[in-house]
Amino acid sequence: MNFKLKDIVPQLITVTAVVLVFGFFTYNAQINMENRGIDFGYGFLSQESSFDVQFSLIEYDGSHSYFRAYLVGLLNTILVSVIGIIIATILGVIVGVARLSPNYLINKFAAFYVEFFRNIPLLLQIFFWYFAALRALPLPQDAEAIFGVFFLTIKGLYVPAFIWQNFSVFFYSIIAAIIAIIVIRIHAKRVQENQGKQIPVFLISIGLIFILPLLSFLIGGVGISFEVPVLKQLATTSFIYEGGVSLPPELIALTLSLSLYTATFIAECVRAGIQGVGKGQKEAAASIGLTPNQVLKLVIMPQALRIIIPPTTNQYLNLTKNSSLAAAIAYPDLVLVFAGTALMQTGKAIEIVSITMFTYLTLSISISLLMNWYNKKIAIQEK
Amino acid sequence: MFKYLKQLTSLVAMVAVLFTFTTESMAAKKSKTLKNTQKKGFVRCGVSQGLPGFSNADAAGNWTGIDVDVCRAVAAAVLGDANKVKFTPLSAKERFTALTSGEIDILSRNTTWTLSRDADIGLTFVGVNFYDGQGFMVRKSSGITSTSQFKDGISACTNIGTTTELNMRDFFNSKGIKYEPVAFEKADEVVAAYDAGRCDTYTTDKSGLAAQRTKMSNPDEHIVLPETVSKEPLGPVVRQGDSVWEDIVRWSLNTMIEAEEYGITSANADMMKTSDNPAIKRLVGAEGELGAAFGLDNDWSLRIIKQVGNYGESYKRNIADTGILPDRGPNELWTKGGILYVPPAR
Repeated sequence: MNFKLKDIVPQLITVTAVVLVFGFFTYNAQINMENRGIDFGYGFLSQESSFDVQFSLIEYDGSHSYFRAYLVGLLNTILVSVIGIIIATILGVIVGVARLSPNYLINKFAAFYVEFFRNIPLLLQIFFWYFAALRALPLPQDAEAIFGVFFLTIKGLYVPAFIWQNFSVFFYSIIAAIIAIIVIRIHAKRVQENQGKQIPVFLISIGLIFILPLLSFLIGGVGISFEVPVLKQLATTSFIYEGGVSLPPELIALTLSLSLYTATFIAECVRAGIQGVGKGQKEAAASIGLTPNQVLKLVIMPQALRIIIPPTTNQYLNLTKNSSLAAAIAYPDLVLVFAGTALMQTGKAIEIVSITMFTYLTLSISISLLMNWYNKKIAIQEK
Repeated sequence: MFKYLKQLTSLVAMVAVLFTFTTESMAAKKSKTLKNTQKKGFVRCGVSQGLPGFSNADAAGNWTGIDVDVCRAVAAAVLGDANKVKFTPLSAKERFTALTSGEIDILSRNTTWTLSRDADIGLTFVGVNFYDGQGFMVRKSSGITSTSQFKDGISACTNIGTTTELNMRDFFNSKGIKYEPVAFEKADEVVAAYDAGRCDTYTTDKSGLAAQRTKMSNPDEHIVLPETVSKEPLGPVVRQGDSVWEDIVRWSLNTMIEAEEYGITSANADMMKTSDNPAIKRLVGAEGELGAAFGLDNDWSLRIIKQVGNYGESYKRNIADTGILPDRGPNELWTKGGILYVPPAR
């Protein structure tokens, strides 16, 4: 009995303390808001926002609600995070492997890149890419066309827009290719386990993913045409491009700085992971006759990934949270649109900040869960 | 017997409560903000992060500007020294939270007085120290001389969290022009982006445009278009719920404007004590007991005029002589064709 009490009491005290602290803050906020005549409530979310946003993935203008503005910000945050994570991962893996290269030049170049970019504050890098690099870009009327159709200007990157005919046929052909690849992989694994024969899965997969969509063009009636951006004059010295798709320079600068910065940390994770696999493993694998490719694929990588994934998850979370620095360069992310403009126009500080915090928490936890699931999948399975 | 005793005690208690209430409300005349300010020995004032003419710090950290002068006037009135002000630079986004949370006691940061701000978010506007309106700046080389030449696809740089963002939408919508809003958190970033050529036009209050133009790499390359697309009465703001403090700030500003009307300047204020005009004598504290209403001494207004100067002096020093807006326009006294008109101090 005594023993149990000793266990329970500290926990009870902790729980009470936590509840009391939260209770105090809530009470305090309530009293202060009452004294200052500030209402509390989420009713404002359905009101008309009456401000416009530069860049949105969904249809939005000032006549929509504050909730819609919240969604615009959220989607923009997710967009920049997803693109950032993809680029940072690819770059990080390349640089991480390059750091282990026996080639002096590649090795040192990778080391220099890592040390340079991870030791400069991210906000400064964002400012650099936005303000310094932006100034160096040409005005729309002076821009040289890249491959004749891309235009990189101070007002953004203009790319041709695709105009599809029978897009659904093309889409289904890709789905079909993916299903076929999965089926072949499962079949190949079974064949190898039963008969020891190897099927060149990789080559077949590549073939499928190209040939099926190609067939859809040839016989499925799928067509594609481009809408190329065209220069339009607004005033004597002021031009823009019309038509096509325009990527605002804010998005480009933010993605670039976030991925370059985070890639350095991912590169270090990758290097640590590969170096963490014993040298003996590689030698042993080679000695049983595996090709260098197989050594990497079947022996080194599965073990290295176990070391790489958990710290890389942290970097993904950091990148997502760092994307909130967007506010500094006018990229309309969640913080700028919702915790910035919407907060100012409504004055609902507690409500909006709490929603924003909760949103980032949800985003981060989702990434964590996904990565933990992946980590568990590749972890050593004791049989 | 006991029953009566009980009633008696409750009666006594009620009287006691009533009494404490009345003494309490007498003491409350000395407002909480006023008491705290006098205890701390400085006025906590929220200003901009650098808008020449309104609130701008030099390299040595000395703040100047007409918004700064409002806080200095309050410090002169309340603490006797116009330099006893602690300035907190705030972005447009932070300013109201800083005030409502009690981090500052006066927000004097070129803030537009609107219904929703006054009524909704626990703020009280005490007056107008600059009548402004939103305008557009463009490059001279663009050949644009009027907003009627704006075309679909124009990109406009501005600040977030301002009435500008809303006015801009109203303006472009009413003209049926499709535009790209590029909204930054800080004014310096807006200027840098516009200057680099990111935007075709820069929009904010006209006074702000005139002030920021001085920060451009080549100010002569830019012009402010003649059209004014909104009303922007700018003025100091206080927290809702402390009416004495509100009155102190309101009348500190009014004193500066009225002093100009009666020709009282920082140089001649002492001599004005012997004036024949009772209105002037009241303003320099030689007649009446005006300060008592706020719990201040009678020289409060004299100190404002002597240490900060009247509105005209402040305008000349900060806005006209710095070349920002030499012409006072609507910010001229009502007696000289402007719309500055304050209630009488009596």
